[in-house]
Amino acid sequence: MLNPQQLKPEPAPDAGFDGPLYASRVKVYPKKVRGAFRRFKWAIMVVLLGIYYVAPWLRWDRGALAPDQAILLDLPARRFYFFFLEFWSQEIYYMAALMVLSAVGLFLVTSVFGRAWCGYACPQTVWSDLFFHVERWIEGDRNTRIRKDKMPLSVRKVAEKTSKHVIWILISIATGGAWIFYFADAPTLFPALFNGTAPAQAYGFIALFTGSTYLLGGIAKEQVCIYMCPWPRIQGAMLDDESLIVSYREDRGEPRGPIRKHPVPGEETGDCINCNACVYACPMGIDIRNGPQLECIQCALCIDACDEIMDKVERPRGLIAYDSFANQERRAAGKPEQFNFIRTRTVVYALVIALIGGLTTYFMLNRSDADLNVLADRNPAFVTLADGSIRNGYTVRLMNKANAERVLTAKIEGLGPVATRWTRGADSEVITIGPDSLVTAKLFVSLKKEDLEDVLDDGVAAGHMIILDQMGYVVASETMRFQGPRQ
Amino acid sequence: MSSEHKDVDQHSGTETTGHEWDGIKELNTPLPKWWLYTFYVTVVWALGYFIVFPAIPYFDGSKWDATGGVINYDQRAVVAEAVEENEARLKPYTEAIVKASFQEILADQELMDVAYAGGSIAFKENCAGCHGTGAQGFVAFPNLNDDDWLWGGTIEDIHQTITHGIRWEQDYDTRYSQMPSFGSDEILEKEDIKDVTQYVMQLGGLDHSAEAAARGATVFEEQCSVCHAADGKGDKTQGAPNLTDAIWLFGSDRETIYETIYYARNSVMPAWKERLDEATIKKLAVYVYSLGGGVEPSDAAAR
Repeated sequence: MLNPQQLKPEPAPDAGFDGPLYASRVKVYPKKVRGAFRRFKWAIMVVLLGIYYVAPWLRWDRGALAPDQAILLDLPARRFYFFFLEFWSQEIYYMAALMVLSAVGLFLVTSVFGRAWCGYACPQTVWSDLFFHVERWIEGDRNTRIRKDKMPLSVRKVAEKTSKHVIWILISIATGGAWIFYFADAPTLFPALFNGTAPAQAYGFIALFTGSTYLLGGIAKEQVCIYMCPWPRIQGAMLDDESLIVSYREDRGEPRGPIRKHPVPGEETGDCINCNACVYACPMGIDIRNGPQLECIQCALCIDACDEIMDKVERPRGLIAYDSFANQERRAAGKPEQFNFIRTRTVVYALVIALIGGLTTYFMLNRSDADLNVLADRNPAFVTLADGSIRNGYTVRLMNKANAERVLTAKIEGLGPVATRWTRGADSEVITIGPDSLVTAKLFVSLKKEDLEDVLDDGVAAGHMIILDQMGYVVASETMRFQGPRQ
Repeated sequence: MSSEHKDVDQHSGTETTGHEWDGIKELNTPLPKWWLYTFYVTVVWALGYFIVFPAIPYFDGSKWDATGGVINYDQRAVVAEAVEENEARLKPYTEAIVKASFQEILADQELMDVAYAGGSIAFKENCAGCHGTGAQGFVAFPNLNDDDWLWGGTIEDIHQTITHGIRWEQDYDTRYSQMPSFGSDEILEKEDIKDVTQYVMQLGGLDHSAEAAARGATVFEEQCSVCHAADGKGDKTQGAPNLTDAIWLFGSDRETIYETIYYARNSVMPAWKERLDEATIKKLAVYVYSLGGGVEPSDAAAR
């Protein structure tokens, strides 16, 4: 039975809602931290920034015909050089494989160690961290900075803030400046940048990356992770109960309470003394004790901060530590901790990595230094000649990726007794092709009228073009269709 | 804000907006202020864009136009400039193509590339209407890919045809010939035409009646061999097609051949020198010659 009372409209919602629709950013003042994870982050920062700045300056001898920069993305020539490897633009699928590998690698790391990428290796984290150090070096640690920000403007305050931003911008220029060396010969470009002869694009891209480094790493910082980055939203799907994530051990810490000289009778407190050291250390401005949060990049600085306090109050370390949900529950149930790294999820990720990595490596090691495209004319698909024979036209593109001139021979297989005529780009099936270059030739293939019936099946024959080197080895092949009238 | 307005969701600890639909409440998760400011920046950007670029449409009494904006940007002008630049870039090649002989063009890879590319574009603009975009031809319009040429397939022949056209009477040098309408002009009886039709089909290797073809052979010799030659292989100086090959411009069925003899076929092609400059015509000749059926001068002499 319908109760008429239920049909009565609810009282109109209070139209006078005046809560904030837009929130001001709460500035984060992370406190200096000492400890094992801090040292680890230092080491990672040095290694990653080192790779970033040094890599374009490495040389690799490729002879006179190719650039000698070990890592070079040569966009005008559509070549990517990586030490002993040279990729042409049509091999971009290796890039796709690399990206799939990186993504699945990220899944694997996340399912084992949580957001280790975010906490240690992400450029946003590395540069934000660097910028925080600059800020701390100039303006002082957390408490000093908070106090100074509250003070009225003074010469000293302006000088400090200005020099902080100047150093941030210098770091940003160095960041943007290093980026372009991956796209041109670094030793040539470097002096050109200073005497003004570098191309306009070089300056444009330096400006672009300087701007984005300063804006994202210096100004926006944690806002990038919280509002712009999709990864915090995706990572939840990679985590499970056994994933190690930076956690506050509630079972040990609660109820929180200060250490009293004269304990209050009947007051039972956990190990957390409510000192807020973990909160002050956090570069994201959150409280780890509230449990796993979208904002937490798991940089582990709160672990260092808490361990230092625990040492002082002579309680065991690890109140905040890499821990899993499952272990929290095990301890609550009085069972020993377990660390299960080999789980269905991690095994599947590892297998996918092994499969894709193996296939990519196999194909990369077996890739030929010659490549072939055979494009059949489609308009007209075939031409009837005066003597009744049928002719097809093809555009043949032959690529020589080796750094030496080669003589290659094109052979047609599986199309019966065909007659060939090479024009425009090649004189015959024996093609001389320069180092690191491409030959485009027009090929006419014809079949005599009396052979058509033997060769064509429903108007089509499928064969191959194979490319032989001078030793007689097949270095490339491509399918080739021959079309004629349907009988 | 008075405290009785505050309605906090117990589950998330987040304040709600107080709005409620069938028991569903909306949490108030404030957007960061910089996000709002970014939106304002885009608004300002849009206003600036309106001022700098052509943006505001208006009707000037006869046609629709738009305000030019501060920089008076015009994409048509950009294209025109790009076209001009390209023409300036190609000018030395174009001049060289006009000056060089065809043999020189064919031997020079660079000139050949420019001529072929330019010819390919000019073909699609001017010739594709009749000959098709792939020069594959249609009924009555020859396929230019094959090796059967009505008026000769050397590059000079092709150049001459494009320049002066075929049966283009305004052009004094046009290629000209006229096939008589054997039926409609009552030169031959219908029965004779039927016999010649059978003979032509015999020449072309098509299914035919041997008896009728034998009668037709005599008529062919008297009436047709002057142009199509005694062996039926045609005469390129008169544009008389080879009747013994596999290519039939109008079709090879009995009715079509009969119709051809009865009414005659005298197709027309315009003289392109009236519309195209010499460089373009030479590029077109190179392009058509290179489609696969082009005849080398030595081969032409041998035929």
